[in-house]
Amino acid sequence: MVFDLSFIWAGLIAFGVLAYVLLDGFDLGIGILFPFLKDRQERHLAMNTIAPVWDGNETWLVLGGGGLFAVFPLAYAIVMPALYPLIIAMLLGLVFRGVAFEFVHRTARMQGFWEIGFWGGSLVATLAQGMALGALVQGITVEGRAYAGGNWDWFTPFSVLTALALLVGYALLGATWLILKTEGETLQRAQRFARPLALAFLVAIAAVSLATPFLHPQYLERWFGWPSGLYSAIVPVLLALAVWQLWSGLFHGHPMRPFLATVAIFVISFAGLGVSFYPNLVPPSLTIVEAAAPDASLKFLLVGAVVLIPVILAYTAFSYWVFRGKVKHSDGYH
Amino acid sequence: MFNDFAAIDLARFQFAFTVSAHIIFPAFTIGLASFLAVLNALWLWWRDDVYLRLFDYWKTIFAVTFGMGVVSGIVMSYQFGTNWSVFSDRAGPVIGPLMGYEVLSAFFLEAGFLGIMLFGRQRVGEKLHMAATAIVAVGTLFSAFWILSANSWMQTPAGYGINELGQFVPENWWAIIFNPSFPYRLVHMVLAAYLTTAFVVGAVGAWHLLRTPESRGAAIMFSMAMWMALIVTPIQIFAGDAHGLNTLAHQPAKIAAIEGHYESYPEGRVPLILFGLPDDDAGEMRYAVEIPLLGSLILTHDLNTPMQGLDAFPEDERPKSALIFWTFRIMVAVGFAMLGLGLWAAFARWRGHLTTSPWLHRAAVLMGPTGFLAVLCGWITTEVGRQPYTVYGLLRTTDSVAPLQAEAVATSLIAFIIVYFFVFGFGTLYVLRLMSKRPKDRVDIEEIGPTRSSGITPVAASPSAPHTTAKE
Repeated sequence: MVFDLSFIWAGLIAFGVLAYVLLDGFDLGIGILFPFLKDRQERHLAMNTIAPVWDGNETWLVLGGGGLFAVFPLAYAIVMPALYPLIIAMLLGLVFRGVAFEFVHRTARMQGFWEIGFWGGSLVATLAQGMALGALVQGITVEGRAYAGGNWDWFTPFSVLTALALLVGYALLGATWLILKTEGETLQRAQRFARPLALAFLVAIAAVSLATPFLHPQYLERWFGWPSGLYSAIVPVLLALAVWQLWSGLFHGHPMRPFLATVAIFVISFAGLGVSFYPNLVPPSLTIVEAAAPDASLKFLLVGAVVLIPVILAYTAFSYWVFRGKVKHSDGYH
Repeated sequence: MFNDFAAIDLARFQFAFTVSAHIIFPAFTIGLASFLAVLNALWLWWRDDVYLRLFDYWKTIFAVTFGMGVVSGIVMSYQFGTNWSVFSDRAGPVIGPLMGYEVLSAFFLEAGFLGIMLFGRQRVGEKLHMAATAIVAVGTLFSAFWILSANSWMQTPAGYGINELGQFVPENWWAIIFNPSFPYRLVHMVLAAYLTTAFVVGAVGAWHLLRTPESRGAAIMFSMAMWMALIVTPIQIFAGDAHGLNTLAHQPAKIAAIEGHYESYPEGRVPLILFGLPDDDAGEMRYAVEIPLLGSLILTHDLNTPMQGLDAFPEDERPKSALIFWTFRIMVAVGFAMLGLGLWAAFARWRGHLTTSPWLHRAAVLMGPTGFLAVLCGWITTEVGRQPYTVYGLLRTTDSVAPLQAEAVATSLIAFIIVYFFVFGFGTLYVLRLMSKRPKDRVDIEEIGPTRSSGITPVAASPSAPHTTAKE
């Protein structure tokens, strides 16, 4: 039974996580780029490009956590203790990042401090998410219905690699978002950031992609076996197309294309992860079906999700539409 | 420092700390969101600048507080998994979907329209902006609905079965959502949030009346808050009483601990212990000051109904009295003090000196933060009173905890304490600083000209008024 409820939910949770990565990705990217912007005025301009939407973007993270709790409680119960220090670090990083939007405007003396908090919080949250991704791909030790590994299992060369990859990736999302939302000097600076970041991101994706198949025999089979490798090969082909779009968009100074191409690169890489994981939710052994809550839970929340997620997407799109266009210094939201 | 504590004590303390820090913000923003919707509606209706000014004044405070609520709330959605993973596995199928609905129906709604409410008046026009403001207020209430349903289910579980893995399996969602204690807890908490906001607004109004008695904005704030105090406090006391009767029916051990009754009263005629020192180890109340029969009247509304004391329950099923005996009394005392202030203000209003009574204003300033105190004490009472269970009577707290080592929990606990005190300490400072700024009565005094007596401004009179996103 391929289309049982747990697979629909795995798809929805994956969609939620992807939405989070893309939306909060450019928010965090702005934070990462913060110290490289010219002056306070430019930093606040960059912050204003995301001020009306960051809260909605971060809500996808709550959907990721809350949704996992609801429909895959076992996965939630295993992954959270396994990645404990990373989750705590991410949450504390997000605390500093989140309050900074308001705090920087509420104080003259400590303005610089909250700007550093915005940068540091974004940096910590990104690195923690990237490491969590690496640790998950590597696999989590499970015994019975609980995490059975150590306190430091998540800290490996591979998880450091994925953390750096995500750092560069978010920074690229942030830079291309600035290309879309700003003009003049800031726009040019963002374009200058985007090219080396794009190169670095591609190198990082290549490194992660080459390392991943050798972590588990299943991954190797999925990517290089026959005939599964044939289908999987579509992923690198699509990736190459997106990279070409990104590069030509940057080269021609196109406002929107670099951002959309970066989004496409994220989506394709995410799909690649899905190819490696399936049918597991938590590699190497916890499957989607095993981790799922009873059908009564899945059905009840699915009714709400089917109705509400399209509505959420609609008003989220509306909000982006309301705040469309280039952001100017005179638009000061505070 | 934490060597003597087990991981479970640290995990419990961490949850208590992070959830207590969090509840302060929603307790304020639930009420404030509704207040803002009312202010904006009054502005659209009467076109009196003072309401727009009040909206902008509280909007900024709302933005700072809401941001802190968001970041501390995200922590909560992960606490269940990081520190209480066995609880998550067992109760997740029931509790999880309730929280899922909170995210889908409330968090996204609030977050999606918050930007428009804060920054979008000129971009979307007055009508859509009003809709966004109302939607944010409704979102906070949806959020309260689902989270209180989830909490109430842990207090009075219903509509579930238990499968072979030991998980709670939902059988009847209607019975789960509307479990026996939910309606009472929902009403009690929403009213508490409204009162908390009303007393903060009242204190800010009173503070500015003391310094600038002619401020119209301050007078309006204070007047609105005192109407709330007068009308809502009696309803809240009534709701609290009904909630107490409901708790007595479903969690008698909790009531015995709250009231400090270590011994049962088989023939009724229960005294009310006003004060005393509960000694849980000895199982007795020391230095008790009692009022005969009043306990029966309050708890059962009847003199002869038998009452169970803590001795009616096995020792390992009793909640401890020491803390909640006191937190409950503080909450009740705050409630009656609020009623007192409401009556005092009503009397002053009747005599026509509501805005010119310095002692009333001083009392209102003093009462400003008491809503938070009552909310925290109330939650401590109900949560500690649920012990030693996470799901009342079914899943013990000791069986709910994640397989973590004490050092890991201690480290994260210290990190939370440092970061929270630092960040939310400064946040509170900024909120207080915003509150200390005097609200403006008019949009821009130079452009409008001489003072108007009626306060009703034709829109055309202030054509250039930059209504929102004015630089603050």
